[in-house]
Amino acid sequence: MDAILLQLLNGLDKGSAYALIALGLTLIFGTLGVVNFAHGALFMIGAFCAVTLSKIFTLSHKAAEPSGTDFLGNPKFEDVLYIKEWFGDAAGAWLLDWSVPLSILFAIPIMLAIGFIMERGLIKHFYKRPHADQILVTFGLAIVLQEVIKYFYGANPIPTAAPEAFRGSFDFGVLLGFDPNAIIYPYWRLIYFAFSALIIGGVFAFLQFTTFGMVVRAGMADRETVGLLGINIDKRFTIMFGIAAAVAGLAGVMYAPINSPNYHMGMDFLVLSFVVVVVGGMGSLPGAVLAGFLLGILESFASMNEVKDILPGIDQIIIYVVAIIILLTRPRGLMGRKGVMEE
Amino acid sequence: MLSLNKKDFGLLLVVAILTLAAPIILNPFPANSGMAQFNAGYPDLMQRFVIFGIFAIGFNILFGLTGYLSFGHAAFLGVGSYSAVWMMKLLSMNVIPAILLSVIVAGLFSVVIGYISLRRSGIYFSILTLAFAQMSFNLAYSVLTPITNGETGLQISLNDPRILDGANAPSYPNLFGAQMNSAATVEFGSWIFTFSVGYYLCAVIMLAAFYISIRVFRSPFGMMLRAVKSNQQRMNYTGLNTKPYTLAAFVISGMYAGLAGGLLASMDPLAGAERMQWTASGEVVLMTILGGAGTLLGPVLGAGFIKYFENIFSKINDNVLHGWFSFMPDGFENFLVTVIHPFVGKGWNLTLGLLFMLVVIFLPGGLVEGGQRFGRVFRRKDRNAGSVEADAAKQRNQTAAE
Repeated sequence: MDAILLQLLNGLDKGSAYALIALGLTLIFGTLGVVNFAHGALFMIGAFCAVTLSKIFTLSHKAAEPSGTDFLGNPKFEDVLYIKEWFGDAAGAWLLDWSVPLSILFAIPIMLAIGFIMERGLIKHFYKRPHADQILVTFGLAIVLQEVIKYFYGANPIPTAAPEAFRGSFDFGVLLGFDPNAIIYPYWRLIYFAFSALIIGGVFAFLQFTTFGMVVRAGMADRETVGLLGINIDKRFTIMFGIAAAVAGLAGVMYAPINSPNYHMGMDFLVLSFVVVVVGGMGSLPGAVLAGFLLGILESFASMNEVKDILPGIDQIIIYVVAIIILLTRPRGLMGRKGVMEE
Repeated sequence: MLSLNKKDFGLLLVVAILTLAAPIILNPFPANSGMAQFNAGYPDLMQRFVIFGIFAIGFNILFGLTGYLSFGHAAFLGVGSYSAVWMMKLLSMNVIPAILLSVIVAGLFSVVIGYISLRRSGIYFSILTLAFAQMSFNLAYSVLTPITNGETGLQISLNDPRILDGANAPSYPNLFGAQMNSAATVEFGSWIFTFSVGYYLCAVIMLAAFYISIRVFRSPFGMMLRAVKSNQQRMNYTGLNTKPYTLAAFVISGMYAGLAGGLLASMDPLAGAERMQWTASGEVVLMTILGGAGTLLGPVLGAGFIKYFENIFSKINDNVLHGWFSFMPDGFENFLVTVIHPFVGKGWNLTLGLLFMLVVIFLPGGLVEGGQRFGRVFRRKDRNAGSVEADAAKQRNQTAAE
């Protein structure tokens, strides 16, 4: 029982990441009808926003140490962080410690800007082209983005720590009446899950309860008619592209402490999140979220030793097996709408 | 001749001459000159040209003719490599059984994957093939380690059984005794030309593959595939089952990929799972699109182009750049080197990505279309007589492209 609960929890954080990326992908697909292979790269750029902010916070300059000289008699120097100089020791240390959550504020404008530039500069010209062309050009863009990041940040993963307060683990077992240490779970992953739930809720609320969201939903259902009513639907869809980029970016920012960001993490997640989108149903937002969590949890159950003893290697392929079965038996995915991307 | 019309035979002949004379053509610079780094006439690189040429030709039969975009073709290449190495471990170092088995196994594998994946089309087909390829890749890394030797990669060793080989058989992949890595070197002044056995084996096989692809393109079968690309629904409405045709195209292209994998393993007897990763599938897509999907020559051009520039660009470092621009004023020289630096050496992938995007955006027909446009610019000068005639010329060019 406790093992099952533990795997359930383990699946949640991976599932959250899948759900967030798949949500963005589906938003783009549902609004603009574009298959965006560069979405994984946006996730990766988000993670590197966190890296960048913590790098900015650790900028330092050399200053003579007041204690005097080293054993050779030369004056001693120490690194002084600029933020500690400007904001004082305590505030500086606090800022440094909280750099990952703070990068959320830093990442939102950047991701929105990248999203706008991408849509206006490139994707706009591909609406009328076949899906294969859209896949190919965004695939090229993904390569370019990841190589640019590699050029500036190097090929090695860059560890990025969560704030001190969230570094430990939470003992779930005690809470539910199991033995201590039976189910322990890192705080940060809990935060990640809560954060993604918040974002997903936010996006849904935005679409459901605002006039803007209502127009966008109407546009998703029938773009032409909305256009005929005199509404500039293209502009709204561009904004939705920016929002989708921001969602992917935020997923990346918060994922940085879980997995040290490296330049190809986007590609690793991209394949899986496409599978998630297809399983959930092209163009269905609830489907993407559901499939994200479902596949994340399935993956972590498949990596239990008891399961692996029966079916060796199942943890490596479970997601793909599920995707193949779903695609062949339910052509529209779990919650796909009728008429969206059917052959 | 060879049941080809005049133009196709001419194309085949040109490709044959270029491939067979490649060790000379690709070595235009003397060995000790500063330009020698642009030479591509050494066996290792030339083998990669033709092997990836085969891979791309096969991919083009599927993507170029039917429009089905597979993102999992590297799986067949990997399977081909593994089966070739196993053949060399168990049976004989002779490459013939190795290559045959790799084609057969990849063919069988593609029947299974194709049968399932082709139930869907469009993006779903791409995702299905991608899923299968990633599955094979993950399995090759984990559970199938007894067969694939996991991360180390499958290698041959001295104490493999090799039941057909005698006591003093060569210990390197060979064709009836002629070892793949043996080569004849001809010195001509300060030029050095290397003629390697391995390259010529690959080249001959590539020509055969190219010939078969011309025949497929010109056959009623090829016409059927093109009809599937232009409007599958209409084909279905006329009461025709398109599935056998698309499946046949899928299997043919899978066998080409297996052949390429078998040849890779024959040239250098090891096989690793990274050959099956989806980025490797992406590479063959890049080659085909860059060269020109749906054209005969495009995939070969694209494969050669990518492999050549990959090799040359990754060799250029800052010292080489400084050497080139040393005639300029220092500040300008440093500026140019700084600007170019991100795109060469380790940054080759960045250049490739940019190039690929530019091709998809501006030149959807790839290098072949670019060449045709270029040719048309020159032809138009003496064809200003009438727009009707120019249109006719355009149409002729388009048919030539196919």
